[in-house]
Parts: sequence; C-alpha cells; structure tokens
Amino acid sequence: VAPDHPEVKNVINTFTQTAQQPRCSFYGNVNVGRDISMEELQQAYHAVVLSYGAEGNRAMGVPGEQLAGVYSAKNFVGWYNGLPSCGQLSPDLSCETAVILGQGNVALDVARILLTPVDMLKKTDITTPALDALAASRVNRVLIVGRRGPLQVACTVKEVREMVNLPGTKPEMVAADFDGVVDALKDVARPRKRLTELMLKTALEPPSQKEQERRSSAHRSWAFRFYRSPLEVLPDTCGERVGAIKLAVNRLEVQLGARALLTGEEEVVPCGLVISSIGYKSLPLDPALPFDHNKAIVPNHMGRVTQATGLYVSGWLKTGPTGVIATTMNSSFDTARSLLEDLSSGLWTCPWRGLALSGSELCSTREVWMTIVTAAFNPPPPADVMKWCSSLYKNSDTDLF
Amino acid sequence: TSITQPLRSDNKVTVHFVNRDGEKITVKGSPGDSLLDLVINEDLDFDGFGACEGTLACSTCHLIFDEDVYKQLGPITDEEMDMLDLAYGLTDTSRLGCQICLTKSLEGMVARVPESVADIRQSKDGSSQ
Ligand SMILES: Cc1cc2nc3c(=O)[nH]c(=O)nc-3n(C[C@H](O)[C@H](O)[C@H](O)COP(=O)(O)OP(=O)(O)OC[C@H]3O[C@@H](n4cnc5c(N)ncnc54)[C@H](O)[C@@H]3O)c2cc1C
Ligand code: FES
Repeated sequence: VAPDHPEVKNVINTFTQTAQQPRCSFYGNVNVGRDISMEELQQAYHAVVLSYGAEGNRAMGVPGEQLAGVYSAKNFVGWYNGLPSCGQLSPDLSCETAVILGQGNVALDVARILLTPVDMLKKTDITTPALDALAASRVNRVLIVGRRGPLQVACTVKEVREMVNLPGTKPEMVAADFDGVVDALKDVARPRKRLTELMLKTALEPPSQKEQERRSSAHRSWAFRFYRSPLEVLPDTCGERVGAIKLAVNRLEVQLGARALLTGEEEVVPCGLVISSIGYKSLPLDPALPFDHNKAIVPNHMGRVTQATGLYVSGWLKTGPTGVIATTMNSSFDTARSLLEDLSSGLWTCPWRGLALSGSELCSTREVWMTIVTAAFNPPPPADVMKWCSSLYKNSDTDLF
Repeated sequence: TSITQPLRSDNKVTVHFVNRDGEKITVKGSPGDSLLDLVINEDLDFDGFGACEGTLACSTCHLIFDEDVYKQLGPITDEEMDMLDLAYGLTDTSRLGCQICLTKSLEGMVARVPESVADIRQSKDGSSQ
C-alpha cells in the first residue's frame, strides 16, 4: 500500500477481528519450506490453505537491465515503504526523466510518489530517508510505458484520477495513441469505460480555463506512453548508469485477443531512471506440490488445488497478481466455501493429528501480530485493538502450540 | 433529573438488509447515520463488510437497491463511482453503503448485500468435470 493511502490500511482492523476469534491462532516468523515442510503441515492438518502471495518479480529480460539507475518497482516501493531489505536502495533521483515500465496500480503509485509535492508527502507514512531523497529529487517528468493501448491498461480509475488531479503536474499524452478508442468504448463494461473516458478527457479534451491555468503553472509532467516494449536499457556516456531506454513500437492485433505485435520501428527515450513494474509472480514452494509454471499459479478449481485432497489455495497465488485487497478477499471467501463444503461432505476421513513439532522452535505470534499492527499504523490503531494486542503479548506463553 | 426523553425510536428509519444467503434482517437507524454505521451499530455479520471503515478505499460496503430506492439516494461522486467500479457483482443500482446516509424518506428501504462469490452450483458442476 502506498504511503499516501493510509485509509487502505484500515483493513488491518478487520483482519484483527479475525485474529481475535478464539478459534484462530496466528503464528508468525515461520517460513514454510525452511522452518517447517509442506509435508509436515499436510500430515498435521486436514486442510492446508496456501496463500503465500506473489513474492517473485518479473524481470524485463533485456540487455542493460543491470545498469545503475534501473530498479524493480518491488524494491522501489519497498524502499519508500521502509521494508528493511530495501533500506540500502538509495535511488539516484538526480535526473529529470523517469521511465516506468508497466501500467498497473503499482506503476501509478510509483509515478505519483515521484511527482507528489514534498509538502504533501510529509503528511504521509513515508520513511524519512525516502522523504529526504524525494525532497532533493530533480525528477520532473515521468513516462508510464505500456506494451498495449489505452483499453488494456491494468490500473484502476482511482489511481488515474489521482494523477490527473496531482498538484503541480500536468499530463503530456500523445493524442494519436487514442485513435479508434472512442469507437471501441461502446462494447466495454462500465469500469473499463469510465477509466478510458477519464484518459480520453485528459488527453484530448481542451481543458477548462481553470485547468489550463493549473497546467501552465505546473513544473512537473506525467504521461502514459502506449504501444511500447523495452528492447534495451542504454548506458550514459560514462557507461555505468542508465542514459536512455530503447523501446520497440508495437501495434495491436485485435483478432488475436489484443496482442501486441512488433512493427519493427524503434524509439530511444533519454532518461536517468528506469523502474520496471511489469508484475509480480508466484513461485513454487515445494517441488511436490502442483504448480502451473506457465501462469505462475497453483492450479485449482474454486480454491481446491487440483489433484491434492485437503490442499487449498487463496490470494494472488490462486488468481495471479491482479486485483486489490477487496478482490483478494472475495476470492478467499470462495476458497473458504469450498473448504467448508468438503468438511461437511466428509471428504477428510483421517483423524486429526495436530502439529507434531515442538512449538518453542517457532515463534508464537500474537506478539508478532502486535508488532505488525503497531508498525503498520501511524497514528496508532484504535485503543481497543491495542488493548487486545497487548493482552495477548502478556499471555503469549500460553499461546504457543 | 427526571426529564423524559421522547421515544427516540419515533425518529428512526427502518432498513431491511438482505444478506448473502437471502435472509432478511430488519434494523432501525437514526437519520444521518450511514448504512455502514448501521451495519456496525447493529453488529450485522456480513463478512468483510466496511473493511476501510468508510474512507472510500475498499468497495466492501457494496449494496444493491431497488430502482425506486436507488433514485432517492442522492447524487454519487466520481470518487464513489471509482471505488464502486471495483466492486464484485456491480449493477446499475449499486452504491457504497458508507456513502449513504439515512433520511426519513428512506423508511422501509431494502438493501441487498451482493453475492461475494461465484455461484456455488458452478463449483459443484465444475469439480465433477
Ligand atoms: C506494491 C503493491 C501495492 C499495493 N497497493 C494496494 C492498495 O493500495 N490497495 C489494495 O487494495 N491493494 C493493493 N495491492 C494489492 C494487495 O497487496 C494484494 O491484493 C494482496 O496483498 C494479495 O494478498 P495475498 O494474501 O495473496 O498475498 P500477500 O498479502 O502478499 O501475503 C502473502 C504472505 O505470505 C507470506 N509468505 C510468503 N512465502 C512464505 C513462506 N514460504 N512461508 C510462510 N509465509 C510466506 C508473506 O510474508 C506474506 O505475508 C498492492 C500490491 C502491491 C504489490
Ligand atoms: S467501507 Fe470502504 S468504501 Fe465503504
């Protein structure tokens, strides 16, 4: 979650309610595959739900990717959100143009954080080192590059509207990218339609006088660049850092499900910062478990892992890395229903064995939960949540396995 | 002190919720309360409802109304529409419950909690494929 979206983090209170159920125990700091094996878990429980998300990163796979000034959005987001493993990133923000590859919500989060006036960022949850770096940043132009066209962007309208309204910035779209888009709008569902209409308005409509004034006083700009795929990151004159990115110009083959095809044309965009945000990817946890390497998900039907009784999957591992927390939540209800159906139909016949491991090896965790709640919340969560968490902390000895 | 308060319930607005299992739950709320306030105050157990606590950041408070009620609910902002667009099972008469405040004229309204998941029958058919 982006630091300027603190309200999204309110969901933690809903999660805490679940954790508060006496029938629910939360064990943190347990790495499945290292501290405990899948086999052990499956032997100990009737049902195991895999929901370990999508921690892998899709690489661009182009030459020059290793140059200084090229970052994955995952690390860049981790840096401004204060993830311990990303603390050393210290990205160089001394250039003027940044190119973000990918047009999903994470790409827009990064673009927004790069361009938001520092006075606004100060009021957010952002880390101090990131705030200092962004205060000194010279980045004043952000291009958000996508392989396909306006109708295929993966972000949501809320994030685009935030860009459109971002103080001190103006859009810098290419009108020709929107050729034919209006006609195609007739047949699309409302969410896609409203999203596209907002982009069309921003790109093509003459601005109102007020908007015109706003735009002319803006010192920073942003834009979507459509129909472009990365070919190579090019070094600057010293050879160490990124100096430009070479993009292939695509066209859409509508008959092929809107696939991007190369036209053979190329384009070089000078830039000093490249952030690839082309998606997250789930990884297989255990070679013995079914895994669809093509889609990078665990194959399942309504959350039941195919050909594995008692094994379920939920979250991004089930659906692929798309959708917001609410989408993920709804899809987890699906999985829970499947599990409950199997419970009531008597699918699990063997007796319950319980975990055969010594609990002291694993850290019980209501204390971890409290640490997470406290760390994730600034300002602190409501008093009743804190009170409940601290009561667990005191009793944590009794909460071991 | 022995001041007799007028019966508060006189001012209350009756709302009929229909939960995901099709069950009708009738509650009363005060004018000015949002439908999310009502769900919380009455401790209604709709899984995951109101996860962002009314800050227009989640769409889990999605409710569906009858056409005539929908028309009385007042104007909808772009921001509400933006979040609503992410709601599962969006309809033409959908709104976000945290943005709707009770008024006397909404007395007796019906608010349906949408199905959160794909039809269970599909899952049964699917798994026997
Ligand atoms: C940068 C970014 C920003 C986002 N911003 C928003 C936003 O503002 N609003 C919104 O609604 N959604 C946002 N999302 C989407 C949201 O994060 C996902 O929908 C949701 O987190 C997916 O849930 P999940 O349970 O599948 O995975 P996760 O939430 O990623 O949970 C997976 C968990 O499994 C753990 N894990 C992994 N491997 C192991 C292992 N071997 N053993 C034990 N545990 C393991 C991980 O530590 C993690 O806690 C964002 C996503 C990203 C990547
Ligand atoms: S409670 Fe989150 S949008 Fe209404």
